[in-house]
Amino acid sequence: MNLRYLEVSVGLFVLLGIAALFYLAIQVSNIAEYRDRDTFEVYAYFDHIGGLKVRAPVTVSGVRVGRVSRIAYDPDRFQARVTLAIQSGTDFLPMDTQASIFTAGLLGEQYIALEPGGDFESLQHGDEILFTQSALVLENMIGRVLTNFSGD
Amino acid sequence: MIDALANLGRAGLRWLSVLGRASIFLLRVLRSQDAVVRRYRLTFAEIYSVGVRSLLIIAVSGLFVGMVLGYQGYITLVRFGAAEALGGAVALALVRELGPVVTALLFAGRAGSALTAEIGLMKTTEQLSAMEMMAVDPYRRVFAPRFFAGFLSMPLLAAIFSAVGVIGGYIVGGGLLGVDSGAYFSQMQAVTDWREDVVSGVIKSIVFGFVVTWIAVFQGFDAEPTSEGISRATTQTVVMSALAVLGLDFVLTGMMFT
Repeated sequence: MNLRYLEVSVGLFVLLGIAALFYLAIQVSNIAEYRDRDTFEVYAYFDHIGGLKVRAPVTVSGVRVGRVSRIAYDPDRFQARVTLAIQSGTDFLPMDTQASIFTAGLLGEQYIALEPGGDFESLQHGDEILFTQSALVLENMIGRVLTNFSGD
Repeated sequence: MIDALANLGRAGLRWLSVLGRASIFLLRVLRSQDAVVRRYRLTFAEIYSVGVRSLLIIAVSGLFVGMVLGYQGYITLVRFGAAEALGGAVALALVRELGPVVTALLFAGRAGSALTAEIGLMKTTEQLSAMEMMAVDPYRRVFAPRFFAGFLSMPLLAAIFSAVGVIGGYIVGGGLLGVDSGAYFSQMQAVTDWREDVVSGVIKSIVFGFVVTWIAVFQGFDAEPTSEGISRATTQTVVMSALAVLGLDFVLTGMMFT
């Protein structure tokens, strides 16, 4: 077998493999998100985070502006401390922004929705979001409905 | 009773000595890796026979595995009204598990057995001793290029398998079963993480490539120089590679996806 053919076919093979990797990176996975490294972090305390996961989306009026970067339990406050990494392009959020944990669809994943307030000062890196609303726990709701019915 | 114990001990010692020989062999092959660059023509020839000629079976298997995944995933998901999530299910299954594992199993059957038989026959016909007589180091001339070729080809083949599988799932899901194509790919991108899923899958395939090629080349080197010895070594390559890949997959999955 002549060398030229060998070299060309091996080159093609390697190229094809690398192209497949690129395809997996760009078309299949979320590599585009790794580009917006320029983020700032704020944190918020929740009584109950429900099924919120790290990497869950953070949205303002439904538009994704960041993601949850860390979830930890704070033993001093008996609350969950959630750190949000927000893109620097949206650093004009007012200080009295409210963070709520919502569910996408009936059984979908949970995400954090930010509702901007009216304060003139905006959130900086390391600030705390003071107004939060915990996740809705289905069992609590059912329990409340049941007690309402039995109260009649 | 004593005989049984003695047999057990003998079998254990034999296993230990095989493991020791395999490790020494691996070290010597790794130390001879400079030959890969210096004798690049040999390396090209090996990549051709190990990688390029495995392309067809890998691509066709990937297509069918992806299509089956699309079909089965759809049947389950549509009952929950979540057929749009098909893309994520197919991509995660392929990139994390099926891509590296099935590619490694096919690779062991297609390329590993050929490596073992080739080297085993070289040993049987005393080509290896002849090389040593001529002061040609068989580690540099025979083992190092073959080992490197398998090590390099396996991750590339696994990536091709996964990529083709994703397209296969799209052909069935989007083309035949009517899942929205935009939803298929956007769900896929929402669920599949570049570092946690794709890179972990690539690391898996690199480990599998290393282990399968090691087993294949060593089995050929260690084969008994008879025709039965070669046939036994070839079988051993496929069996041990499959066991090693599946066992390692369990360990790696436990380490990567907690």
